[in-house]
This record gives sequence, structure tokens and C-alpha cells, in this order.
Amino acid sequence: MGSALLAGALAGAAGQSLAQEPLRSFTIVGDAIPEPVTGQRGDPARGRAIVTNRQVGLCLLCHSGPFPEERLQGSLAPDLAGAGGRWSEGQLRLRIVDSSRLNPDTIMPPYYRTEGLHRVAANFRGKPVLTAEQIEDVVAFLTTLRD
Amino acid sequence: MREGVISRRAARLLLAACIALGALPPSSQAEIPAAERRSSYELMSAETKAMQDEDSANPGMLWVLDGEALWNRRAGEADRSCADCHDAAPQSMRGVAARYPAFDEKRGTAVDLQGRINLCRTEQQKAPPLAFERQELLALTTYVGRQSRGLPIDASDPRLDPAVETGREIFTRRQGQLNLACAQCHDDNWGQKLAGIVMPQAHPTGYPLYRLEWQTLGSLQRRLRNCLIGMRAEPYGYGSAEYVAIEAFLMRRAHGMPIETPAVRP
Ligand code: HEC
Ligand code: HEC
Ligand code: HEC
Repeated sequence: MGSALLAGALAGAAGQSLAQEPLRSFTIVGDAIPEPVTGQRGDPARGRAIVTNRQVGLCLLCHSGPFPEERLQGSLAPDLAGAGGRWSEGQLRLRIVDSSRLNPDTIMPPYYRTEGLHRVAANFRGKPVLTAEQIEDVVAFLTTLRD
Repeated sequence: MREGVISRRAARLLLAACIALGALPPSSQAEIPAAERRSSYELMSAETKAMQDEDSANPGMLWVLDGEALWNRRAGEADRSCADCHDAAPQSMRGVAARYPAFDEKRGTAVDLQGRINLCRTEQQKAPPLAFERQELLALTTYVGRQSRGLPIDASDPRLDPAVETGREIFTRRQGQLNLACAQCHDDNWGQKLAGIVMPQAHPTGYPLYRLEWQTLGSLQRRLRNCLIGMRAEPYGYGSAEYVAIEAFLMRRAHGMPIETPAVRP
């Protein structure tokens, strides 16, 4: 992993000031989390910014997507174009919160889980990759990716 | 989705079927077959390859020259140089780096090349150990490593098995906030792009090496530390048994591949 990526990742985390609050509870129904984790839907524009930010969302490390301005994208995961057509809002939410619930072998990080992780770096310990609000922003954005 | 991913999926299904039939132990990590092993050298641009290949262009050669000077310099209470005991390195150190980490009889554990050099510092020269990632230890390690350039890695010593197994266990275990295992990137997804960078297979063949991104030369441990920080995992301490175990595993995995020290990497 490039240390430029890395340095950025660390700077991102420091600037993010994730308060160490307990995770909100949510209910999984089938392969989805139907209700927003925060109780309200997020903001798609903020979601897009999170998805394309390699220090915050990290999505484009693995995914490609309809982001012509982003030169460096990944090929480890499906293209995000059309994700909102393939999956319901609730299905997208569970995939971001914890993909390993659907595919135990997945390489997609669990974005809203702090349990069952090993040797987490001190500055990230006890914190989810994204806050509940950020999860909702990302989900709100993904639902707009219809084709 | 790319073909490779689909076939890996198919392989995983097959594996699942085998496990269900009790035919295989439940491990999903497929190691890279010998015929498909590739040094990251092969992923580099023609210019970067030329930089590695031509001594006059290879910045790592500065450390080799420095290492040669240190090899001949007396040090410590014993006031002996490496050369006093080992004579000319091109003969005495030929092939040594290709079989490190090696099993140390006295300690009953695997010791890596940097550790070995520091043991000679403290026990033979009676001098304080050299600090990790500093000029002197890097220079001596690069100089000794250089004497194996082009020689095939020999990691066959069965006494290294416990270290290799510990290394394999670390390599295949998920860790860090991103919950990734080294093997998920380097075994399962080599050749794919991570944020535009082609994923290498993670062979230890070139170390210590000059990394353009570092703008300096660094050890394998520094590289491993980079990957661990990227995974948001707690890095191990320099000189730790974990790093030696990972290196023992990577060397066994790269058995037969030629040493490239001092390599160049982007
Ligand atoms: C380390 C790699 C990795 C990262 C980082 C990652 N993903 Fe994924 N993602 C995957 C993989 C691989 C899949 C395919 C399903 C599986 O294997 O679990 C996937 C599946 C998905 C899917 C379902 C895709 C489909 O249409 O089938 C969505 C949506 C998704 N990811 C969104 C995201 C978003 C949004 C982010 C960032 C917040 C993200 N991913 C970060 C690897 C990653
Ligand atoms: C007083 C003699 C002495 C000096 C000085 C000395 N060594 Fe050694 N070295 C040894 C002996 C003896 C061994 C064999 C291993 C052992 O039992 O410690 C050895 C082993 C080694 C090995 C492992 C060789 C192998 O085949 O596995 C390396 C590498 C090495 N020395 C490097 C150095 C370097 C570099 C220096 C200078 C910083 C140095 N030595 C200084 C005596 C010396
Ligand atoms: C998310 C994917 C990912 C994970 C997980 C990962 N790495 Fe890497 N690793 C990379 C990338 C990408 C590079 C190449 C970086 C570059 O060229 O800038 C790399 C480079 C390396 C190299 C250097 C190879 C060379 O030719 O010099 C080694 C060795 C290595 N990794 C070992 C490991 C080990 C051991 C682990 C687990 C502790 C690990 N990596 C975890 C992505 C990963």
C-alpha cells in the first residue's frame, strides 16, 4: 500500500475527530437493514464526497465507479455504477455496515463494526471506519446510482 | 467483473463443495503456484527496471559502497572489523542472504540477516547494536545482501518450519480496522488494481531496497510496517519475532526466486 495513501489515511483520521461514542443499534431483516441507523436519511452530496475520498470512504481503493474526475480507481470489486438499481436502500445499508454478514470471505471492510477485529491500530481502536451519519450519507448517495 | 475474479469465485465454490464433502481442511487461501510467481520487478516501467539493473543508475549502490567501507572498519571493544573474521565478503558472504532468516542453533530460533549482523556487532565486536532503519545497519545488510544478487532463495531448512508457520498464520489472519489479511491482497488479488496501483505478490526478493516513494533505502520490515499501517493494524516493533516469522514465511513462499538486492521499487 502506498505510503502516500497511508499518510493521507492517517491525516484523514486525525482531522475527522471521530468521537468515541457507542455504536447505534440497528435491525437486520433478511439481507438488509431497512431503517436508517441514525433514524433519518442522509445527504447524497456528502455521501459522494465520502465515497470518492480515499482517506475517508476508501471505496475507490477497491471499486471503480462513475467518477470521471477520479483517475486512480480499484479493480478488486464490482463497479459502483448502477448499485442503486441492483440493491434496495436497506440492502445497500447492510453491505456498507458489515458486508461479512452476507459473505464471510469478503474483503470489503466492515464500516460500522468495532467487535471481532484484531490488532487494530491504537488511533482507530474502538471506532468504526465511518460514523452512523456518514453511513447514511453514503447509502443516500448509492441509491442515486441507478444506471 | 474481471475473468480472474470470476474464476476465483468458481474456485471458492469448488472449495466449499470439497469442504462439505470433508475432502479439504477449511482454509480458503490459495497459495500462488510456483509457475505463476512474479517479482514486482516485472510490474515496473522500463525506466525503473533500468534503474535497478544498472549499477551506475541504482541509488541502492550508495548503500552497498557505504557497507563495504563499514565492513572493513574496526569497531567495538574487540577492535575487529567484519573483514578481520570474514575476509572478503564477495566470497564469504556469497549466498548467505539467500538463506536468511536462518535457524540459530544457540538461540533455537530463526534470526534474520539484520539480527545476525547485530549479533556479530554485540558478541564478536563487543559494540552496541546498530539501530533499525539507520544508515549503518542498512548499509551493512545491503552490502551482505548484494553478495547474493541473482542467486536463488533457499528457504528449505526444516528447522525454520515453526517460524514459517507463525508467519503463514499472520499472513492469512485478518487484522486492523479494515479487517484485511495480507493474503487477501497478495495471494487472492495480485494483478488487480488497488487505487490504480497494480497489486504485487509481495515477494521479499529485493530487500533492503530503494523505494522511490520513500526517496531512500529501507528494510523489508519498513515495507511490512507500511502495509500494516495501511490496514490500520498496529505495526509490530522493529526486530520483533513477528517480522522475522513473516520474512521466513515470505522466503519459503519465494523459494527458488532470485535475490535482487538492492532492488528499486516505485
Ligand atoms: C477492500 C476492498 C473494498 C473496499 C475498501 C470497499 N469495498 Fe465494496 N465491495 C468489495 C467487494 C470485493 C465486493 C463484492 C462483494 C463481496 O465480495 O463481498 C463489494 C461489494 C460492494 C457493493 C455491492 C456491489 C454490487 O453491486 O454487487 C457495494 C454497493 C459496495 N461494495 C459499496 C462500497 C462502498 C460505498 C465502499 C466505501 C464506503 C466500499 N464498497 C468499500 C470490496 C471493497
Ligand atoms: C570476531 C570475529 C567476527 C567478527 C568481527 C564478525 N563476525 Fe560475523 N560471524 C562470526 C562467526 C564466528 C560467525 C558464525 C556464527 C556464530 O556462531 O556466531 C559469524 C557469522 C556471520 C554471519 C552469518 C553467516 C552465515 O553463513 O550464516 C554474517 C552475515 C556475519 N557474521 C556478518 C558479520 C558482519 C556484517 C560483521 C561486521 C559488522 C561481522 N560479522 C563481524 C565472527 C565474526
Ligand atoms: C489492501 C491490500 C494490501 C494488504 C492487506 C497488504 N498489502 Fe502488501 N502491498 C500492497 C500494495 C498495493 C503494495 C505495493 C505498493 C506500491 O507499489 O506502492 C504492497 C507491497 C508489499 C510488499 C513489497 C513487495 C516488493 O516487491 O517489494 C510486501 C513484501 C508486502 N506488501 C507484504 C505484505 C504483508 C506481509 C501484509 C500483511 C501484514 C500486506 N502486505 C498487506 C497491498 C496490500
